[in-house]
Amino acid sequence: MYHLGNLVKELSDKHGRARESLMPILQGIVERHNYLTDEAMVEVAKELDISAAEVYGTASFYTFLDTNVRGKYVIRVCKTITCSMKGKGEIIQTLEDILKITVGETTSDKQFSLIETNCIGWCHKAPAILINEMPYTELTPEKIVEIIKGYMQKK
Amino acid sequence: MEKRGLNKVDLIFEKIDAKEVLTKVFKMSPEKIIQQVLDSGLKGRGGAGFPTGLKWKYTAAVKESEKYIVCNADEGEPGTFKDREILDKVAYKVYGGMVIAGKAIGAKKGIVYLRGEYRFMLPQLMIELESFHKLIKQIGFEFKINYCLGSGAYICGEESALFESVEGGRGEPRNKPPYPTTSGVFNKPTAINNVETLVTAMMIITHGPESYSHLGTKDSRGSKVFSVSGDTPTPGIFELELGMSVQEFVNEFGDGDTKAVQVGGASGFCVPRKKFGSTIIGFEGVPTGGSMKLFNSSRSMYNVLHNYLDFFAEESCGQCTPCRVGCQQLLKGVQKVKKGEVKTTYLNELIKLADTMKVASKCGLGQSVGNAFRTIVENFREEIIY
Repeated sequence: MYHLGNLVKELSDKHGRARESLMPILQGIVERHNYLTDEAMVEVAKELDISAAEVYGTASFYTFLDTNVRGKYVIRVCKTITCSMKGKGEIIQTLEDILKITVGETTSDKQFSLIETNCIGWCHKAPAILINEMPYTELTPEKIVEIIKGYMQKK
Repeated sequence: MEKRGLNKVDLIFEKIDAKEVLTKVFKMSPEKIIQQVLDSGLKGRGGAGFPTGLKWKYTAAVKESEKYIVCNADEGEPGTFKDREILDKVAYKVYGGMVIAGKAIGAKKGIVYLRGEYRFMLPQLMIELESFHKLIKQIGFEFKINYCLGSGAYICGEESALFESVEGGRGEPRNKPPYPTTSGVFNKPTAINNVETLVTAMMIITHGPESYSHLGTKDSRGSKVFSVSGDTPTPGIFELELGMSVQEFVNEFGDGDTKAVQVGGASGFCVPRKKFGSTIIGFEGVPTGGSMKLFNSSRSMYNVLHNYLDFFAEESCGQCTPCRVGCQQLLKGVQKVKKGEVKTTYLNELIKLADTMKVASKCGLGQSVGNAFRTIVENFREEIIY
């Protein structure tokens, strides 16, 4: 189990304690811990000597700096027009079936979260998704099942 | 009207000897660099189209020891994916463009703001950056580039919102003036350019402004990288000379049944079939940051409009009322018209609202929602209603 205080210190040592270090520190926490807890934001505020409200203000602005509980693997399905035209609905349906959750939810074992996102820049290879930072493109229901199975074996 | 037809160009992805070009740049005066970029007629490739040479000239004129070059790689416009390809294939030319801009305006620091969706590229980009830093040090440049990563906010592609984000705040656009040329990131004079603009600037210095200004038209000089998607047999990234008509574009990329082309993404303009021949892609017609989406007759333009409005309602930063409330009301409004809950003339009221957003919104996001709204509603009214 990681220690929150240590992680925040480690990230602050790496990125500095100036105001502009806030984003990389928050991004670093999300990378390790999937989302930002209240405790994490308070810890960052202390380390950077700014108010916790400022930390929350920045965090809550950005969709990738989640303040809601997220699983180890966050699946973001692009919902913008081209992906939507090229079979996004089927991809969502397949993901909901194998993960047994609906869009916006996290599996009970905290491994997967399924959410929709705006254009991720793969319109020429639609439909596309991100799993954490990795893009997967030109998806079919068969392909997505294989990919998710791979992640399930990883845990 | 000056027209050029569809011509493929290979400039952005062309391999060049960065050392040779930058050694030449090292000996050039800032004035000469700026003059060459001015002579080329290059306008910003992110979509807004401000003349690059002027931007550099204004920033160079400010007396301040600390200045910044910012590379805007927050490519979030729906249907745009060319900057990723450019960074993937020729990152050294993006860095090269930043060094050239730095020499022109007198900046020693560069920041690349990369959208969070492209985080997977960062390790490779950092490796290339390290060898690039070595190269320019050898030549004698004092210039250092850093990366900043976005976290999934479309609005951070707006320059002043991007600065706020770099500084660790919410990505809310600032009031202008002051402009970035005098007060940009960390309130220092800043030249902020799109990825493609920086590469193009390097190519202009490489080949000379004359050969570049032979490409394109009077209002739209040069070539441009287009991101082509939607109902097309050949989706992808293509570099084309500016000045072609939408018809010529459709002849090349259409599937034989194209009924509309959305030029410039969700914030751009919808061109219907009857206007393909008379519409030029460029600043004299429909400008674009590169996004070209084709729709064939099987697509509902209501769905397209709904998708765009949903996008804007989510991505509006919420700071100014016209945009925050306007985006939501346009979305609710078209839903009501579709369900038959209001008279169809309600669409005229919605167009007025979109026009109000154009004049009253604080930044380009709210100001441009009306582009797609008006052009889709006016050209495909029956599809919105029935």
